[in-house]
Amino acid sequence: MLLIECPHCGPRNETEYHYGGEAHVPYPQDPFQLTDQQWAEYLFYRSNPKGLIAERWVHSAGCRRWFNAVRDTVTYEVKAVYRVGDPRPSLDDHPAQTTTSTTSSTSTTGTSSTTPTGGTS
Amino acid sequence: MAEQILTDIRPLRRSPLADLTDLMAQASVTGERGVRLREIPFLNMVGIRVQPGSDAAQNVTSVVGLPLPSGHGQVTGDTDTAAILWQGPDEFLLVSPDALAAEIGPPGARRGLPDDAAAPADAARVALAGGVASRPATDSAAGPAGGADQENLGAAPTLSTHPLTQELSRAMAGHKQRSHVVDLSANRTTLELSGPSARAVLEKGCPLDLHPRVFGPGTAVSTTLGLVQVLLWQTDEQTWRIMPRSSFAVYIAQWLMDAMTEFASQEVA
Ligand SMILES: [Zn+2]
Repeated sequence: MLLIECPHCGPRNETEYHYGGEAHVPYPQDPFQLTDQQWAEYLFYRSNPKGLIAERWVHSAGCRRWFNAVRDTVTYEVKAVYRVGDPRPSLDDHPAQTTTSTTSSTSTTGTSSTTPTGGTS
Repeated sequence: MAEQILTDIRPLRRSPLADLTDLMAQASVTGERGVRLREIPFLNMVGIRVQPGSDAAQNVTSVVGLPLPSGHGQVTGDTDTAAILWQGPDEFLLVSPDALAAEIGPPGARRGLPDDAAAPADAARVALAGGVASRPATDSAAGPAGGADQENLGAAPTLSTHPLTQELSRAMAGHKQRSHVVDLSANRTTLELSGPSARAVLEKGCPLDLHPRVFGPGTAVSTTLGLVQVLLWQTDEQTWRIMPRSSFAVYIAQWLMDAMTEFASQEVA
């Protein structure tokens, strides 16, 4: 069971939330300009990193607000929560628990996942 | 239809747990390990959405006579007159006693309704202001309120709408800021669980920490009990209000009665 911190309500059980997929995937400015391949990439292609990923969650059984969370797909640790519209927090604010030598590789994975897939504009 | 003038809707009202009144009384336990369960039907509930600090929020405060709760878990007011529960950063629930339990409003309360539009189904009347309008203000004449003028939008009294709700509606109507007031009285019913074992019963199915060091009287949260979402409001040291949606009320009542069963027997050492 994950304990997820809602920005409004504080820590609550995972069962109070619903998952909304990867965050920061912008809707294409003009979907009609996209090829089928690009549209499929917007719809279905996600970064799927091993490490940190920014995700959307909604606190459905609580305040019913959407927010973003940075979660480590290896440890399931939620490293940060922040409001929709806010930029993804810098990972330096939330140092990984791994040793210094592996931190840089984790950060690289995390940073690459912020690059939106699809979303050609 | 024109001959049907409803002056008292009380005989028509039926609470979601009316059938379980006796069962809940029988399931209640007295004594040192006591825990009691009953329904408090037909409480007046009003969904309010305003931005705290805005003029619209000030309107709510002056009409209800209570400040808005400032954060998660907080409640202002009391159960006897009115209370406002925090639901979200710009969302609040006003809860007050059932006005019809004491007395029904005078027939004059129907003033402003051109015909018999005061059916109970009309109760969920919305005061609209700013961007939340579900129908444009210019269309108000075509709405259920018939010839109500624009100032009266959403404020036409109905037999089933609490006077306080009507007053709030009037105060909010025409407000430029984004806000709304909705009668939600039929959305949830209220169960009251009380007694020395009340917390132990809740702890069987609520994921939150209800220990007095973090939870106390005057705290209300939205969470889950058993398998469903409820509002959980501690009103006193040993008294809790549990507010499930009406369609889940029977499930919650039966879940609670089941959880109460063990307290009727001696504690197993
Ligand atoms: Zn929340």
